[in-house]
Amino acid sequence: MSGDRISGAAVPYLPRGVRLHDDRVRGIRVLLAPERVIQLDPVGHAILSELDGKRSLAEVVLTLCTRYEAPPEQIEGDVQEFLRDLMDRRMVFLEQEPEGAQP
Amino acid sequence: MRDDPAPRDIDGNPVRVGLPMAMLAELTHRCPLACPYCSNPVELTRASAELKAAEWADVFRQAAEMGVLQLHLSGGEPASRRDLAEIATAARDAGLYVNLITSGIGLTEARLRELDGVVDHIQLSLQGIDAEMADWISGYGGSFARKMQVAQWARAIGFPMTLNAVVHRQNLDRLSEMIDLAEGLDCRRIEVATVQFHGWADLNRRPLMPTQEQATRARAVVDEARQRLKGRMVIDYVPADHLASFPKSCMGGWGSTGLNVAPDGTVLPCHAAQTIKGLAFENVRDVPLARIWHDGAAFNAFRGTAWMPEPCASCERREIDFGGCRCQAMAMAGDARATDPVCSRSSLHAQLRAEAEAEAASDSTVLVYRRMTREKRG
Repeated sequence: MSGDRISGAAVPYLPRGVRLHDDRVRGIRVLLAPERVIQLDPVGHAILSELDGKRSLAEVVLTLCTRYEAPPEQIEGDVQEFLRDLMDRRMVFLEQEPEGAQP
Repeated sequence: MRDDPAPRDIDGNPVRVGLPMAMLAELTHRCPLACPYCSNPVELTRASAELKAAEWADVFRQAAEMGVLQLHLSGGEPASRRDLAEIATAARDAGLYVNLITSGIGLTEARLRELDGVVDHIQLSLQGIDAEMADWISGYGGSFARKMQVAQWARAIGFPMTLNAVVHRQNLDRLSEMIDLAEGLDCRRIEVATVQFHGWADLNRRPLMPTQEQATRARAVVDEARQRLKGRMVIDYVPADHLASFPKSCMGGWGSTGLNVAPDGTVLPCHAAQTIKGLAFENVRDVPLARIWHDGAAFNAFRGTAWMPEPCASCERREIDFGGCRCQAMAMAGDARATDPVCSRSSLHAQLRAEAEAEAASDSTVLVYRRMTREKRG
């Protein structure tokens, strides 16, 4: 359900068709998506750069806490809010459970 | 006569020039479909005048250097170009986000595979919810079945897809089924765009103009679906222009963020700009793209707000909608500076409403299809 907290075990990722881009002409970082260009602030860029489709949300938060020496509650709140908004816009997907047995 | 090289609007006021964000590349005006609301000009460009793939590649590099981030490959039908994969690859190599706007007709599974990893996103047009409606509107028998096949191939390859439903009086009552179809095709987005009555659509106002009741119901359908599909599918909705109180900010402001390149290389501030008499448009075959963007008289003509007459000049919305659509102002008021008659503050608004209501009350189903007259040879 939309609006719920994202589970710490979920693995967030940028789906195909959504990607980070270094806009050298304007000197900014942007997220490119269908019909959308979103300018990223340093926090947004830091969060999205950590999404590798392998690590869980909890692991991403932990990495950011270490890197920015910030309290987990604050980072967790920022990450939840930011990713939830992008999920509602279909720019971030979640891998909820581990993949089934490999063929 | 002016020696001053600073960019100036149509009345000689200095303007500020920003950076373009998005470019629409109309690769060709050829198209197997004949949709009666086609956004191409009524005077279509011939195949022999089209830019070659290498010319497009050069345009894409210039665009990326100027700050363009997103490229829309459109037409006509871009798949009507046999060298589409070569053109799309050049766009990707220039660093652009590549969006392919297509009816699907002309794409095969093999051609889609060539575009895998090259095209970021596919926008598939929808003319109707079943073969009967879609083939009638597109003027092309079998188009719906082919389109659905292309959608399945694209989904299997993994392309992210937006369904682009163009709605009007003949199909607007089936909007909820269009949304269901997009969901069934795993689309992340559906764009529901009411016909804009320029160009070909202007020739089809009587069969296509939606009624007020339809527009009201469509709004309710969209609101309900947005709630239900939140987090699963995004719905972008462009309501009927003629039933609004304020105009849309056309192109987000003239010459502010977007540009179009026509099949023959003519560079336009919007796809209908050639309907504005007195504006001269330059061609990338003759002038570098950046110079056209910065110094081109047509691009500067309506930049900023200094050119606006009343009621726009003193309107608090002048930097929200920029007075609306210049082409619509030209068409109705005979002056491209005028307030878009869609605006309730335009002196022509009541007339526009009355005409739209009369057209919507028509029971005409006679369509004027978009057709290219045969190319003369020898």
